[in-house]
Amino acid sequence: MSRPLLEVDHLVMNYRTDKGDVSAVEDVTFTLHSGESLGLVGESGCGKTSIAMSLLRLVADNAVFKSGEIRLEGTNLLALTEEQMRQRRWSDISMVFQGAMNAWNPVYRVGDQIREAMDLHFRPRLSTAESNDRIERLFNLVGLNPAMANRYPHEFSGGMRQRAIIAMALSCDPKVIIADEPTTALDVIVQDQILQELKKIQAELGMSIIYISHDIAVIAEVTDTIGVMYAGKLVEIGPTSEVFARPRHPYTFLLLSSTPSVTGPRRKLAPLEGEPPNLLDPPKGCRFHPRCPWATDRCHTDEPISEDVGGGHLVACWNWQEVPEIGTLIK
Amino acid sequence: MTDLIQRPELPDGAPEAALEEAVRHDSLWRIRWTLFKRSFQGNWKLFRSNKVGLFGLGIIAFWGLLAFLPTVFFATGYWTNSVYNPVTGLERNPPTVEVTLVAEKTDPLTEIDLRDVLLDQRIPQDLQIGETFLRPLQPAPPSARHWLGTDPLGRDIMSQLMHGARAAFGLGFIAATVTVVIATFVGSVAAYFGGALDSFFMRLADLLIMIPALAVLIVLGAIIRFELWHLALVIGLLGGFGGTAIVLKSQALAVKVKPFIDAARVAGGSHSHIIFSHLVPNVMPLSFLYMMFTVTAAIQSEATLSFLGLLNVKTSWGLMINLANTEGYLLQGGTYWWLVFPAGLAVTLLAAAFFLVGRAMDEVINPRLRRR
Amino acid sequence: MSQPLIKVDQLSKLFPVSRGMFRKPIDFIHAVDGISFEIAPGESLGLVGESGCGKSTTGRMLVRLSDATSGQILLGDSQGTDDLVDVAHIDDSDMGKFRRRVQMIFQDPYESMNPRRTVFETVSEPLAVQNIGTLHEREERVTAMLQLVGLTPPVTFLFRYPHELSGGQRQRVAIARALVLDPSFVVADEPTSMLDVSIRISIMDLMLKLADEFNVSYLYITHDLAVARYMCDRIAVMYLGKIVEIGDTEEILGNPQHPYTRALLAAVPVPDPSFKKPDVQILGGITKAINPPPRCRFIDRCPFSQPICEVEDHPPLEDKGGGHFVACHLVEKTA
Repeated sequence: MSRPLLEVDHLVMNYRTDKGDVSAVEDVTFTLHSGESLGLVGESGCGKTSIAMSLLRLVADNAVFKSGEIRLEGTNLLALTEEQMRQRRWSDISMVFQGAMNAWNPVYRVGDQIREAMDLHFRPRLSTAESNDRIERLFNLVGLNPAMANRYPHEFSGGMRQRAIIAMALSCDPKVIIADEPTTALDVIVQDQILQELKKIQAELGMSIIYISHDIAVIAEVTDTIGVMYAGKLVEIGPTSEVFARPRHPYTFLLLSSTPSVTGPRRKLAPLEGEPPNLLDPPKGCRFHPRCPWATDRCHTDEPISEDVGGGHLVACWNWQEVPEIGTLIK
Repeated sequence: MTDLIQRPELPDGAPEAALEEAVRHDSLWRIRWTLFKRSFQGNWKLFRSNKVGLFGLGIIAFWGLLAFLPTVFFATGYWTNSVYNPVTGLERNPPTVEVTLVAEKTDPLTEIDLRDVLLDQRIPQDLQIGETFLRPLQPAPPSARHWLGTDPLGRDIMSQLMHGARAAFGLGFIAATVTVVIATFVGSVAAYFGGALDSFFMRLADLLIMIPALAVLIVLGAIIRFELWHLALVIGLLGGFGGTAIVLKSQALAVKVKPFIDAARVAGGSHSHIIFSHLVPNVMPLSFLYMMFTVTAAIQSEATLSFLGLLNVKTSWGLMINLANTEGYLLQGGTYWWLVFPAGLAVTLLAAAFFLVGRAMDEVINPRLRRR
Repeated sequence: MSQPLIKVDQLSKLFPVSRGMFRKPIDFIHAVDGISFEIAPGESLGLVGESGCGKSTTGRMLVRLSDATSGQILLGDSQGTDDLVDVAHIDDSDMGKFRRRVQMIFQDPYESMNPRRTVFETVSEPLAVQNIGTLHEREERVTAMLQLVGLTPPVTFLFRYPHELSGGQRQRVAIARALVLDPSFVVADEPTSMLDVSIRISIMDLMLKLADEFNVSYLYITHDLAVARYMCDRIAVMYLGKIVEIGDTEEILGNPQHPYTRALLAAVPVPDPSFKKPDVQILGGITKAINPPPRCRFIDRCPFSQPICEVEDHPPLEDKGGGHFVACHLVEKTA
């Protein structure tokens, strides 16, 4: 197999606060191949956005990379200088930020704002004709009328603004796009349209996308690989169809069991009791053990090691064999 | 599965048992008091971390102490009324200075006897060249007896400064309280009811903002016997119905649209319940902040008016500078510094202190301003 | 048939689009436009639609946070025996009684509680403002409610401030507040949409359990059909101020008739990668109903529109068999 495009290797990142270090990303490892789409799913505060920000090195001032590497085509991004990183941002890795559709500057035309992003990253700079041409192609690509480029953000609906944000993220031909909750504030129909659009664009341009979402159903629809995060750790990662058909980590299992669906038999959902831990002082052993119905003594003391359960499906759980088939009601 | 709802830690050994006891046996007020103490401790912790605010608080405490000291001094007999009274006191044995007349000169242009200019007219007219006389030094520079010297009328500056602090605190307190009580009420009511009531109060506020406060105060001072508490009231009314009302109203508006106001309505709360239990408590922190700023403004206005001699006040910092000015010492501030600087510094320091405390409180109230 | 608990008849709410200070507004947003439905005692109705469809406005009118422009809301009692009361004409003296029977749970657990009041003050507020019981009795009632909503042991929660609680805990407090007066009808406006997935189900389960214990009916407002399916006996789908389809939950989801319902259903992400979604086309995006012309509301986005949809007014809800009502000219009666 060819060398992966992006490798996140045993990444550990903390936020330093007055009350101590918050263990936001703890020993996370995954790879992303060219043209592949990866989904990171988890609850708020599980570290998924911290990983995204780490990939772009746009972390908060109090973030500290303790260990690990992020390699893009073999180059460790964490070892680059700020200037080198600045050149790679947007042209190698770009991002659709959470809530970015509300971050358009209201006094500039949308097209000009995209042009500004391109001016900052293209060397040599594009001529006006070239950038106009590019904006037109981008707008066509994301399903917007190219004439809209001369309009102001308030003339766009929410869905259109989000499409324009995607156009901006695509503007410098990135190899990887990180889409952080790309459709969270949108209505279902618009969400669906945008997700389909993203899938189409990915197939057309062949770049890689990392989707970050709290909604496991969204991830199910658009990704090849899914990584499930809990309390800063990647607890399960594998091919999407495999993970959804046979979740091996208790958290994934419970997350799936507690996600209501409009399809399939109407069933009682299994609630996931308790709340995520405080990352200032995460639980010893497995971080999920206080909420895990299958926890044993070992889970209280030893951190589980990621184990391949077949076909690149990795699970960090001591008792993954205990986790029943999906659809089985626990209790 | 067991119930594993994780609970955040309560601040510092929560007094839950005491509260539980209070609910069973006591009034809501005791519960509120306990809770108030708890939240006060938390806020104090935050405030304490702000060095500038602490500095301001220190200055206020310093002036508070000074304002209180005369009571002690007079009570213990350390100070006697005849000498140290800030208004009627008089130093009867001032230090003297030996003056020798060395030459008689007349300004060639104006033909003014330079004796009149260089010293004052208290030089005996029949003094001959080479003769010496003892002139009583009034104003006298600082000494062990008068820590900050005396003024041109022979009164103790320190005593005046301390009594001036009292005046400043009294004035500031009244002005700020009047402002904030009115502004909080007007702002909350205008925001809550909206419509004509809102329009009326806001247009009134616009009107009051347009009025140049100092000019009004000067005119008032010129036509009526303007006491210190009059000034406090005028500042309070102008602020309370004016600018502060607008600020607090916009805060109240932001609170009014919060779902908990709807929740209170659904619970069946009356208008007054919603205003006083939900709106006002959430506007209050900002009210306190504006209280601090009002004190600053009041102290400065008082200084200005007293300096202009428009305030019927017996002792105040502004009046001290006014006296230095009318007696002609203001332009010789370098020499007669004790006449000008203590009072000037006092006005500046106390006004700034309240402002700094206000700023620091802003950080406690407004978490967005907090440093991480 | 016994009396319904809530009967909504031709309910409308128009919001003027402001036109300067003294001119009378001419343009109105038809936020809710002549909707009718009934809710039986103990039954829960899901009101589903995209943002701006009027579902929240409907909820606010039902609890009298906002007054209807026209139409009626009639309230019965939980036994279905009493006469219906017109909610719009309840005077101040009877308002307390109304508040005891109709309550609301809000969307945002962070904003629906006064940050300066403790859990005890928040939950006991409905009792306090209506002068029910002594302080001691209120405290007992609140403790019992906290126990019921799973905040145990209650004593440790009584004097917490909202910022000391997690989102899920706050929403439990909000549920306790809504149920402390033992109401028969609760409007729940997206109560779980701001919570994490893992907490959502426990809150939904709690609401279902309490509905049973307190014999409460919910009007459950949500944009999420999957959530509505979990919570509700019946579902009403709203589009631009109109109910376009209403019926039993499984019937609506299994056999959607209105083109909008179909599109909505097809757009819901399914947590199953092997599921092949039906390809349903829908045109354009949602607009605002400012002075809508007399034609089908959905016409601009409907891929099936016919001349009749343009000429005739918005179609009325018609029973297409088995209590499944659809407002579309093109859907045939099936039973």
